[in-house]
Amino acid sequence: MYDFEYHKPGSLADAVKLLSADPDARPISGGQTLLPALKHRLNKPTSVVDLSGIAELKGIKREGDKLVIGALAKHFEVATSPEVKAAIPALAQMASTIGDTQVRNRGTIGGSVANNDPAADYPSAVLGLNATVVTDKRRIAADDFFQGMFTTALEPGELLVAIEFPIPEKAGYAKMRNPASRYVMAGAFVAKTGGAVRVAINGAGPGVFRQADMEKALTANWSPDAVAGVKQPADGLNGDIHGSAEYRAHLVTVMAKRAIDAAG
Amino acid sequence: MPQVTLTVNGKTSTVDVEGRTLLVELLREKLRLTGTHVGCDTSQCGACVVHVDGESVKACTILALQANGSQVTTIEGLAKPDGTLHPMQEAFREYHALQCGFCTPGMVMSAIDLVEKHPDGMSEKEIREGLEGNLCRCTGYHNIVKAIAAAQEVMHGRAQALAPAAE
Repeated sequence: MYDFEYHKPGSLADAVKLLSADPDARPISGGQTLLPALKHRLNKPTSVVDLSGIAELKGIKREGDKLVIGALAKHFEVATSPEVKAAIPALAQMASTIGDTQVRNRGTIGGSVANNDPAADYPSAVLGLNATVVTDKRRIAADDFFQGMFTTALEPGELLVAIEFPIPEKAGYAKMRNPASRYVMAGAFVAKTGGAVRVAINGAGPGVFRQADMEKALTANWSPDAVAGVKQPADGLNGDIHGSAEYRAHLVTVMAKRAIDAAG
Repeated sequence: MPQVTLTVNGKTSTVDVEGRTLLVELLREKLRLTGTHVGCDTSQCGACVVHVDGESVKACTILALQANGSQVTTIEGLAKPDGTLHPMQEAFREYHALQCGFCTPGMVMSAIDLVEKHPDGMSEKEIREGLEGNLCRCTGYHNIVKAIAAAQEVMHGRAQALAPAAE
């Protein structure tokens, strides 16, 4: 790892100032993705800005019909939070399966969503639940936030502050993990919120995406059988030594069925 | 040069570090606490697991500066000053939960956090799932799981003494 300066600002305003002043500065929270990337010298920041002391980024709370999760909430906190378990149990269940115990003790929801790894879990929950990403500057709808592999609507120096999840009537998540790396080969997050159905697919493509045919089928009939006949096209899906695009396309339907089953 | 002040196994130290210094480097190279191992250095194997403010973390994937001001416990801090082993260490010994021993410090540290987070006890399946972040290249998981199952009874006060391993 190349050396860098380390800053730990105490407020959001100070963090934004540090990040805006230097285009080669990088924010860090849990560091479970950034530090491995720095070890591989994939990135050479001049400084890292540790967000962990910023109170504005913390907390999990129910606000009316929304669940608001601060960017710094660790996966372990989301997995065990009584508020999350009561409002969106599928989200708590998802968090309990990210990485391993030690990764969950450090990694944060803000870091995972801002990184938008195609094989990450949280992006499918954010998209499937039609959540709103709140930054220090604006509010971004999930449909506009995720823009393909490791790419989001966040501008340089813009910080993810919190995610607002509308509370669904039903929601479920299922994934097939790579047996060695445990990253997602294909996952599906299904949700019915205010009568509207959304199906978000992660792991299978270069970025999280909505499966419109499954959404239509589930709107007519909320059951695993409704999506059993919906074929995901393999075009554009990831194909690698772990599985072909056709295999992942097949998994998308299987995972969607399981997710609906889990949602009940 | 930046400085880190942290309390490791009850002793407070202030150490000069670089921005990029990892917690595991600080522990092993600055404080000479070499019981914490570096296996993969890619946050997969868990040989470097220590407790930071009571939570198990992979010390190869946290900057020393991120641990500034925290309480750190390593494998060296588990036994009492008179040498009495922690129940988890005792269970690893009794159940022969190690072969080459390289993964053992991380296994023990992870196992203690796991048991503390499950006050109602864990099934064998839950123990195996909870150890997902620790790899044993000798594949000696079976006795590790048995040791943790026995240690949790002592740690939660449901057994006075460790159940002896079968002959």
